[in-house]
Amino acid sequence: MSGASSAVARRIEAHLARRRRWRAIEIVFWLAALGTILAFPSRAALINEIVIAGLFALSLDLILGLAGIVSLGQAAFLGVGAYAAAILASKDLGDPTLGLAVGALAAGALGFVTAPLLLRGADLARLMVTLGVSLMLGELANRSAWLTGGADGLNFSMSPVLGLFPIGFTGQRNAALYSFVVLFVLFALARRLRQSPFGLALAAIRENRLRAGALGIATGWRIVAIYTVSAAYAGAAGALLAQTTQIVSLDLFDFHRSADGLLMLIIGGAGYLYGGIIGAAMFIVLRDVISAATPEYWEFWIGLLLVALVLVGRERLRDIVLSRAALVWPKAAGRGAA
Amino acid sequence: MLTILFDGVAYGMLLFVLASGLSVTLGLMNFINLAHGAFAMVGGYVTALLMERLGAPFLVTLPAAFLVPAILGIVLERTLYRRLYGASPLDQVLFTIGLVLMAMPIADYWLGAEARQVHLPDWLSGSLSLYGVGISRYRLFIVGVCGAIAAALQIFLVRTRFGAQLRAAVDDARVANGLGIDVDRIFAITFAVGSGLAGLGGALAADVVGGVDPSFPLKFLVAMLIVVTIGGSNGILGALFGALLLGVLDVAGKYYIPSIGAFIIYGVMVATLIVRPQGLFSRGDGR
Amino acid sequence: MTARTSTLCVALAALLAASPALADDNSVTIGMILPMTGPSASTGKQEKAGAELYLQQHGDTVAGKTIVLAVKDDTGAADVTKRLAQDLVANDHAAALMGFGLTPLALAAAPIATEAKVPEIVTAAATASITEKSPFIVRTSFTLPQASAPMAQWALNNGVKKVVTIVTDYGPGVDAEKWFGETFEKGGGTIVERIRAPLKNPDFAPFLQRVADDKPDAVFVFVPSGFGSVFMKQFVERGLDKAGVKLIGTGDVTDDDQLADIGDAALGAVTAHHYSAAHDSPENKAFVAAFEKANAGMRPNFMAVAAYDGMDLVYRALEKTKGDASGPALLAAMKGMSWTSPRGPVSIDPETRDIVQNIYVRKVEKTDGALYNVEFATIPDVKDPYKAGKH
Repeated sequence: MSGASSAVARRIEAHLARRRRWRAIEIVFWLAALGTILAFPSRAALINEIVIAGLFALSLDLILGLAGIVSLGQAAFLGVGAYAAAILASKDLGDPTLGLAVGALAAGALGFVTAPLLLRGADLARLMVTLGVSLMLGELANRSAWLTGGADGLNFSMSPVLGLFPIGFTGQRNAALYSFVVLFVLFALARRLRQSPFGLALAAIRENRLRAGALGIATGWRIVAIYTVSAAYAGAAGALLAQTTQIVSLDLFDFHRSADGLLMLIIGGAGYLYGGIIGAAMFIVLRDVISAATPEYWEFWIGLLLVALVLVGRERLRDIVLSRAALVWPKAAGRGAA
Repeated sequence: MLTILFDGVAYGMLLFVLASGLSVTLGLMNFINLAHGAFAMVGGYVTALLMERLGAPFLVTLPAAFLVPAILGIVLERTLYRRLYGASPLDQVLFTIGLVLMAMPIADYWLGAEARQVHLPDWLSGSLSLYGVGISRYRLFIVGVCGAIAAALQIFLVRTRFGAQLRAAVDDARVANGLGIDVDRIFAITFAVGSGLAGLGGALAADVVGGVDPSFPLKFLVAMLIVVTIGGSNGILGALFGALLLGVLDVAGKYYIPSIGAFIIYGVMVATLIVRPQGLFSRGDGR
Repeated sequence: MTARTSTLCVALAALLAASPALADDNSVTIGMILPMTGPSASTGKQEKAGAELYLQQHGDTVAGKTIVLAVKDDTGAADVTKRLAQDLVANDHAAALMGFGLTPLALAAAPIATEAKVPEIVTAAATASITEKSPFIVRTSFTLPQASAPMAQWALNNGVKKVVTIVTDYGPGVDAEKWFGETFEKGGGTIVERIRAPLKNPDFAPFLQRVADDKPDAVFVFVPSGFGSVFMKQFVERGLDKAGVKLIGTGDVTDDDQLADIGDAALGAVTAHHYSAAHDSPENKAFVAAFEKANAGMRPNFMAVAAYDGMDLVYRALEKTKGDASGPALLAAMKGMSWTSPRGPVSIDPETRDIVQNIYVRKVEKTDGALYNVEFATIPDVKDPYKAGKH
């Protein structure tokens, strides 16, 4: 009896260990991303924006992909993280690592406090409560002009990262690398989290909350916990955005920030953690290319893409794009097929 | 101050007409239509352009502001929206945001980025004094028109055969179909009426908010969503009370305590949803 | 994570690589960053049209250089402005940055102008202190103190004693409130109440109700370009015009872009500003006619003329440096430059890098069947009083 159950436990253990291992394709992905930053120094600002948006979308993936919670208010945490880092820096505490930690902690604390709001109600109520919280915070930042600069925003300057690498205009590539390292570390943590017993319990909650409860999984505090973690991730993204652009404005709390994050995640695909980063890269590069060509009307093409994405089906569209890409880069596609 | 109360009621009524269509699609049909504001924009443009290009009188343009978005709504419903009735909320959000993103540049391309004005006839502009209370004529007009629409909708949904069929189709489309109700047709008509009302709301709102411009679909999106969530899913009455509550609180808040301004409505929404996650006037089962 | 995604990465990298501008040694890129979408899109449109009209009229060659105008949409978000400015300087090697629809957006690009030594020509944002944020900022629009202080003077001279001010609650609004208020009170007037309306909410009705209750002689108003029509309509709706309350303000509220469409509600409003499409000069008549012809009848406003002058300034500076497009050389050439703009004679103050120009007092009147801001008084060569007070 005990022999059989320990055999099962061993097999599960082995399976989980296998899943924890980094696959070759993942290593290629991260090396390619790093290579992109090194290869295109003049586009460092754009790449930095992609990395940060990717982290923000990753934070959404933690709640949407892992736990099935929808939110339209993730911008609240982006904004809090950004303003926390910005206010610190404007008070001459311009060390980026400190600002990053404080930004993430502040957003995490806010997430912890507001998480109980998510335990009641259906999806629509959750969407609206999260949206309401982010709009209230935006209004609060607007009203606290003595601290936040109000509608004029806040400008400040940062010390070099670790005292060594300046991240202003002259250190654009440093800024992108700094964001990249933070993204990678947080990603590795999230990856580990997803495959931990905690992550598996979340998957059970996502699939069927009632049944998960019946299995003895305490659903309530797990939702609070993952929401807090997700908030801290979004806060880190906000802090990075503030530090690398050295300006914050009320726009950070806007509805469209949350919506953009959600779009990126859905474009890339939720649930496997890479989706947010890939979606962010696709969304931002496309937006950059289209809006350079037609600065007034680029939204139309993005909108058309979204509509097509839904109507054709996300999976199928991706296949079509990739088979077209295969004609252009046969080698890369061949590797993909293998 | 009665003037403030009256202004709040008028603003609330306007929100109601804008949001009533959304409360039907979202509250009853469970479809998240973030593009609802785009129909309001169409209605606003119809009125503004008919007056500007053809010199049509304001009142004559209002039916057109209802009909054009309604027809557009039915076309879109038949060709696009209906495919997504059963889809996940995320797909619906993605799809309707896509529609908004397409609608705004189209308006910008055709009609320019500057706001188009709706010019009120003389008998609607200015204000009159009733027992010493200053009341804007146009806001009085809005209260009248919107009140009539609310009453008509309520009667339509509760008293008519169509209303009963709609409620049946929403409760259980399959059974309703089995009973010989043409669910497809009912949904299409409902959607068209909702879009038409949004258009009418857009036309009525245009003067109050300084004209119609391409960013109109997003301007009211949040306010409309708040109305629907506060009101809950109980169709028309919930949305009406939600809208009135919001309108009065917003206007009074800005008059008496301008320093906290827009804070109030968001706070009220969050507080409402904490106490009653289904909204103030839900049908109890949380549908 | 699928293997296919790596294909996508390759595709994206290719897009990144393909997008650098195809600039050669002989071309000079001017990066224009504007809100082309969102609530301030009308500002972006006017600015872009103004700059393009200049290119179209004067050709793209000056001092042996080919001018490339790269217009970017920042959607009105400051971090995007900053990113675009960085991209334009690092990737497109822009010789000058131009545009900046709102104050926070102009401030966002200031550190880049300083570090990269690239002139930042502000053609819209009008908070007085902007030019102090970088020694490379030059402005061709206006400052709010520049327009507000003369307005207060006019009000004092014309029997206005009690005023309520309503401004939008951000940098320029605060500037307008402060400079109108101080000048007006110094001259013996009384400010009954100072109201600040939030930037995002277009409903002025509750604020105007406060005005109706205060019963002042006049309301002084500043709202950003594009919000004037709401204000005007609600002003009339409250019956304030019939109650004898004068409407005065900076010219933003009777923006030419919207004025024709606001309707008779605007009649009689008195404003102080640096540009009116009805300005009576041959340069302006030619400018307005060409602008309307190129843009399907759209009337140019002060944004369009500022962008037009911004381009003019770059052309003149390049002529002066004989084609040297390096930042410090251009900046030195711009300081002290003076020319005749469609708005009248203008010059760049060599000390503050801000524009010196005439301020006109105007009244909304119907001429040739359409509403215009008709100028009736001129205060010549006004320097920004905020910075003039410091020197």
